[in-house]
Amino acid sequence: MAFKSRDTRAMIDRYRWWEVVAIYAGMFCFLFFLLSPFIEGFLVSLKPLAQLFSSPYRFWPENGTFAAYVSMWETVPGFARYVFNSFLISTISTCIVLLLVVPAAYAFARFDYRGMGLVLGGFLAVSMFSGAVLLIPLFRLMRTMGLLNTYFAMIIPGAAFLIPSAIWLLRTYMMRIPTELNEAAYMDGASQFYTFRRVILPIARPGIIVVAIVTFIGAYSQQFIFALTFNSKTEYMPLPIGLYAYFGKQEVIWNELMAASFVGIAPALVIIFFLQRYLVGGLTAGAVKQ
Amino acid sequence: MIKSRSSLIFAWALLAPAILYVLVIVAWPLVETFRLSFTDASLRKVTNYVGWRNYDKIFNETFLTVITRTFTWTFFSVLFKMVIGTFGAVLLNAAVPGRNLFRILTMPPWIVPMAIGIFMWGWMYNGQFGMISGLLQRFGLVDGPVAFLAYGRPAYWATIVTDVWIGVPMVTIYFLAAIQAIPRDLYEAAWTDGASRWTRFRRITLPLMAPAIITMSMLSLIATFNSFDIIWILTQGGPSGSTTTMIIDTYQTAIGSKKYGEGAARAVVICLFLSLFCIAYFRVTRRLAATDKA
Repeated sequence: MAFKSRDTRAMIDRYRWWEVVAIYAGMFCFLFFLLSPFIEGFLVSLKPLAQLFSSPYRFWPENGTFAAYVSMWETVPGFARYVFNSFLISTISTCIVLLLVVPAAYAFARFDYRGMGLVLGGFLAVSMFSGAVLLIPLFRLMRTMGLLNTYFAMIIPGAAFLIPSAIWLLRTYMMRIPTELNEAAYMDGASQFYTFRRVILPIARPGIIVVAIVTFIGAYSQQFIFALTFNSKTEYMPLPIGLYAYFGKQEVIWNELMAASFVGIAPALVIIFFLQRYLVGGLTAGAVKQ
Repeated sequence: MIKSRSSLIFAWALLAPAILYVLVIVAWPLVETFRLSFTDASLRKVTNYVGWRNYDKIFNETFLTVITRTFTWTFFSVLFKMVIGTFGAVLLNAAVPGRNLFRILTMPPWIVPMAIGIFMWGWMYNGQFGMISGLLQRFGLVDGPVAFLAYGRPAYWATIVTDVWIGVPMVTIYFLAAIQAIPRDLYEAAWTDGASRWTRFRRITLPLMAPAIITMSMLSLIATFNSFDIIWILTQGGPSGSTTTMIIDTYQTAIGSKKYGEGAARAVVICLFLSLFCIAYFRVTRRLAATDKA
C-alpha cells in the first residue's frame, strides 16, 4: 500500500511537457511583474545619464558602468547617515516592541481571565487603523512633548503599529509550549515571574527571534508617513525620506538615485536570502488560523 | 491551569505595559480625533467648538467623489491582488525544479522599504524615458510616449498597479501556505477517479482555500483602504485630484493646509468605514472558525 500511495504521489506530480512549459511561462510572467522595478532600477543605475535621457528607449545599458555607485555619495551627501538612521530607528522600535510584546504574548497564551479576549481583539483592531488617520492628535502630542524633529517622533508612533502582528505571532508560538512546564515549576515552588523568566523565556527564544526579525523588517520597510510629517531635520531622516527629497526635484539624477536605492535595500535582500525559511513561516503564521 | 489571585494579578501585570502604550498612542488619538472634528483647531492658539460645522462643510460633491473613488480604487486593487495571488500560489506549489528559488524571488516587493520600490515605479512610469512606455512603443502598441502619471485615468490605474505589486507577495505566500495545508489524500483520490488537473483545482483547491481567500481579502481591504505611501510618492493625489483617496484627502487638509478640525472630521469618516470593515472581519473570521469546527 505504501508503495502504491507513493506511486500515485509521483504520478500526480508528473507533468506533461506542455504543462511544464505553461508553469514556467506563468512563473516568468508572475516574477517579471514582481521583479521588473528592481531589474529596471538596477539597469538604470548602470546607465550613464546621457543614455538614460535619450530616445528611443533601450532596455540594456550600453557601456554599463558602476560610476553612479561612486558619484552618488557626493550627490546624496547624507546617504550614510540616512542608512544609519533607518537602522537606528528600526532597532529601537524593535526593542520597544519586544519589551512590550513578549510579556503580553505570554499572558495571552497562558491565562484566560475575563476581559482578556476583548483586550486581544482591541490589539488586533489597532492594526486596522493606519497612522494617517491618527496623524493630527499624534502631531499635537509630539509637539506638546517636544519630540518633533527627534528620532522619538518616528519611533514611538511607528512601534505602536508593529505591536498587533508581533503579539499575534508570538502568542501562537507560545501556545505550543506545554503547560506541564508551568505546573512542574509551580510544584517546585517557583514564583510566576521566575517561571516566566527562567523556564518560558529560554524555550520561547526561537519564536522571539522570528518576531524580532519580522518586526525589524516591518519597521525598516514602513518608514514613511511619520518620518515625513514629524521630522524635518536632515540629520534624523531615514533612508526613504532622505531619498524622497531627491525624487521630488525637477532634474532627478536617476542613475545615482537608483544606485543609492540599491545600496539601501541591499541589507533587506541579504536578509531575505539567508533567513527566507524563517521568514515565510514567521510572516504567514501570524495570519494563519490556529 | 493554576488559577489564583496572584496569577490573575500577574497576567494583567504582563499585559499592562502594552495596553498602556496602545492606549496612549492609538486609543487616545482616536478619541481626540473625534473631539477635534467638532472644533476649528488650526495653528492658532485658540480653539473653539463649532458643533457639526466641519461635517456640514466637508459633505459636498467633491467629498462624495473622493469616497467613491476610494472604494473603486480599493476594490480593483484587492481584486487584482487576490487573482494574481491565487495564480502565483498555484504556480509556486507546482513540483517543478527551481520552485524554492521562485519562492524567494517572490518576496522582494514586500521586504524592501516600500518607498524605495515606489521610487522605482516612478521611473518606470516616466513617459519619455521609462520602461513601460518604452517597451510599449518598441512593440508598436502605442504611437507616442505615454506619461502614465500626467493624466487622470492612467495615473489612477498606475497607482493601483503599484499597490497590487506591493500587496501580491504577502497574499501569494499566505495562499501558498493554505494550499499546502490541503490534505494530499484528496488529490490522490481525485486522481485515481480520473479527475483532470483543472477539475482538481476547481473542485478541491479552490473550495478548500476559500476561507483563506475570504480572510485575506478582508485584511487586504483594510490595508488597501489605508494606503498612503504609494499615491503620495507617485502623484500626491494628482493630477487634478484623480488619485485623491480619503487618506490622501485627509492628509492634504490636515497636514498640508493645517486645518486640523476639518481634517479630523474627514479622518472620523474614514474611521467609521474602518470600524465597519473591522466588525465585518471579526464576524467573518468567527463564522469561518465555527464552520471549521463543525
